[in-house]
Amino acid sequence: MKQTKAHIAEKDLAGFHGGLKLAGHKQLSNSTAISIMQQSSEYIIPLQQHIGAISLPLVKPGDRVLKGQMLAKPDNLVSAAVHSPVSGVVTDIKQHDVPHVSGLDDLCIFIENDFKDEWIKREPVGDDYNQCTSSCLRKIIRDAGIVGLGGATFPSSVKQTEMHLDTLILNGAECEPYITCDDVLMRERAEEILSGGDIIGHVIKARQCVIAIEDNKPEAIKAMQAAVDKDGTGFFQIKVIPTLYPSGGEKQLIKIITGEEVPKGRYPADLSVLCHNVATAYAIYRAVYFAEPLISRIVTITGHGVKQPQNIEVLIGTPMKACIQHCGGYTEDSDELIMGGPMMGFSLNSDAMPVAKASNCLLLTVKSETRHKQQMPCIRCGRCVEVCPANLLPQQLYWYASSHNTDRLLEHNLFDCIECGCCAYVCPSDIPLVQYYHHAKTTIWQQQRERKSSDISRLRHEAHQLRLEKQKRDREEKLRKKRELLKNKTKISNAEDKAGKQAAIAEALARAQAKKEQHKTKTEK
Amino acid sequence: MVLYALIPGALASMYFFGWGVLFNFVIAISVCLLTEAAILKLRQRDVYHTLLDGSALLTACLLALAIPALAPWWVTAIASLFAIAVAKHLYGGLGFNPFNPAMVGYIVVMISFPLEMTLWPAPAGVNEGWPDFLTAFNWVFLGALPVSETIDSISMATPIDLLKTQLNQFHDIAETRNNVKYSDLFSGLSGTGWQWVNLLFLAGGMFMIRKGVIDWRIPVAFLISLIFIANLFAVIDYANNSSAIFHAFSGGTMLCAFFIATDPVTASTTPRGRWIYGAGIGVLAYIIRSWGGYPDGIAFAVVLMNIAAPLIDYYTQPKVFGNTEH
Repeated sequence: MKQTKAHIAEKDLAGFHGGLKLAGHKQLSNSTAISIMQQSSEYIIPLQQHIGAISLPLVKPGDRVLKGQMLAKPDNLVSAAVHSPVSGVVTDIKQHDVPHVSGLDDLCIFIENDFKDEWIKREPVGDDYNQCTSSCLRKIIRDAGIVGLGGATFPSSVKQTEMHLDTLILNGAECEPYITCDDVLMRERAEEILSGGDIIGHVIKARQCVIAIEDNKPEAIKAMQAAVDKDGTGFFQIKVIPTLYPSGGEKQLIKIITGEEVPKGRYPADLSVLCHNVATAYAIYRAVYFAEPLISRIVTITGHGVKQPQNIEVLIGTPMKACIQHCGGYTEDSDELIMGGPMMGFSLNSDAMPVAKASNCLLLTVKSETRHKQQMPCIRCGRCVEVCPANLLPQQLYWYASSHNTDRLLEHNLFDCIECGCCAYVCPSDIPLVQYYHHAKTTIWQQQRERKSSDISRLRHEAHQLRLEKQKRDREEKLRKKRELLKNKTKISNAEDKAGKQAAIAEALARAQAKKEQHKTKTEK
Repeated sequence: MVLYALIPGALASMYFFGWGVLFNFVIAISVCLLTEAAILKLRQRDVYHTLLDGSALLTACLLALAIPALAPWWVTAIASLFAIAVAKHLYGGLGFNPFNPAMVGYIVVMISFPLEMTLWPAPAGVNEGWPDFLTAFNWVFLGALPVSETIDSISMATPIDLLKTQLNQFHDIAETRNNVKYSDLFSGLSGTGWQWVNLLFLAGGMFMIRKGVIDWRIPVAFLISLIFIANLFAVIDYANNSSAIFHAFSGGTMLCAFFIATDPVTASTTPRGRWIYGAGIGVLAYIIRSWGGYPDGIAFAVVLMNIAAPLIDYYTQPKVFGNTEH
């Protein structure tokens, strides 16, 4: 097994190229404790709340479901289950607005809450997880529908490979402005996060666990440090990293902690590293200790467009409108509803959408903040090059994305763009660069899918053609053989006939001769 | 910001070369802005906001400083018109022009009207210095001169040009510089007037780098390569090649280094590419200036490197994240 870094503790933190120092706006929402939200009467559970294949529903309208019951199962390896957040009745399964960057509707399960809060039968593993095998724990995590809660929502059990990995990094960087859900989670539930980290460490047989926190969260650092000291096993260590957006990006964080870059097109496992968000570790702790699937999360409701910005613990599927009401409702000049932060978040067109596993933050802006500037032409000043953490050339990508030059886009490593938004932030011409890249990526994926399916149908057609030809050839061959056989047969029978006749004639002649002779001798006698 | 940084050098230029520089500014700015507005209107673009971006104004100022102070008004006007209409807008306007508009405008008039493009007045402090307002005005706008004067008597070759013509007549550098006829012109480092204008552009450029307005790589690469190659030839043959200091502070060197070569639209944009781009201009400028047929080589060098910029960018992509080990 590869040892990532023998002495992370002694090593200075590494930096990454570019990045931005941004105003945090964190105090807006992190000064109060996590508030637990009361239950709503209706829940809307999107079937696709993760990266990968959409889950397959296991229930139908009219079914009674219990709290924690699996509503839909993963369709393949990269997919995740979804569960009922309450007990109640499935009222419908239909298309509905979902908080996704595409802005498209998706299939959702509607549940009417009966407020009985009746759980399914649960058999928590508890402290005995040490006796469990890795694959058994992975199955618990998978069945709990746990995905990366930092925003990427990649199914967690898939990241925990069968391989043993040296280092587990718990990501508490939370580098994006306004968002504080991980901050308050670390302050209030530090020990639970460590338990989650210990479980993951057990799954991958990690040697150490590094918890990375940006230095703008002193209280979280203090709370986590206290928990680490209490743990006392030496497995955990806290790394305080400088506040620099996007240090919480998985690859950027791994660079900061280990000094190594995840090779292009590869995974952190190549460096013997696994990286999970602190909230994911917390969810895993809940799954193992309480057999509780991922049915709630902490959401930051913040911005000047909401009356009481704060962090709330919400059941997944709660309509966003209810969450905003819980926080005092909209202010008068409230303008835009953004899911995620100001850098990577996207604007939602309706507050009827449900909170999903990816919803780390709902940011409500006011009109003065959302002044849409006019886009000017790119003057190729190169400021975007200086801040790009992936070391790309955003101005070239922009040029090729606007001219739909796929080959050049790929040559300029479009797919290494992490869409952090640094380039668009510094652009003096106010070009929404990330939108261009996102669109270009989607178009290229589309093209590749189409090419793949046309390749498949071409192959299929060719195989069909080949099969037809073969059948034809076989038929002809068979026919030819039959004909030959027939021909030979007649020839043979003819020949046999001839010989037979001659023999018969000869026989008859012989007989006649013999008779004649007999007759002759008789008369002579 | 770029325009503010130009001010000291522009004032020095006016001090040493007189009213003609001011006339150039007036003509270039009005023609450039009018052309820009007219074309934006034709292209149905937002005239007001685009004019405010200052790009046409900067082109005008660069042209005004580059074109000789006693060039007739139509030379400046044609250069301005061509720069904005052809070099900028026919290619799609700001951000889409492959060549520096000011330099294209300059080259057009340089090739078309080579004689008029040598009409620099004698700088202040040399002979009678530059002509008074009326003489200059009558000449620039009306083409008329006082009876007692000819154009040759009020204009004077620039130091670079003079050295070149003298070299062609087999007078070496030292001989020309020590010639009593020209000694006033060659006072100081690189010629009366020119050295101060260049020094002030250098100061303006430093200010812009400090403020983060321009990237430092292009000017540094340009100056290093120009000084290196000039020094190389000066060491090889001191008699026939001017010193590196002379090259660095004469003609349009500093204006180019900080205000022309750094135009982001037409320059290379990758960090390594900017080194190559700047160095390329330095070498080409020296070659054209020393052995070419024109008074200065800056404009041609810039445009030639503009052509090369996309190619340079393509081959100097930085290593993408995660690509360091391969």
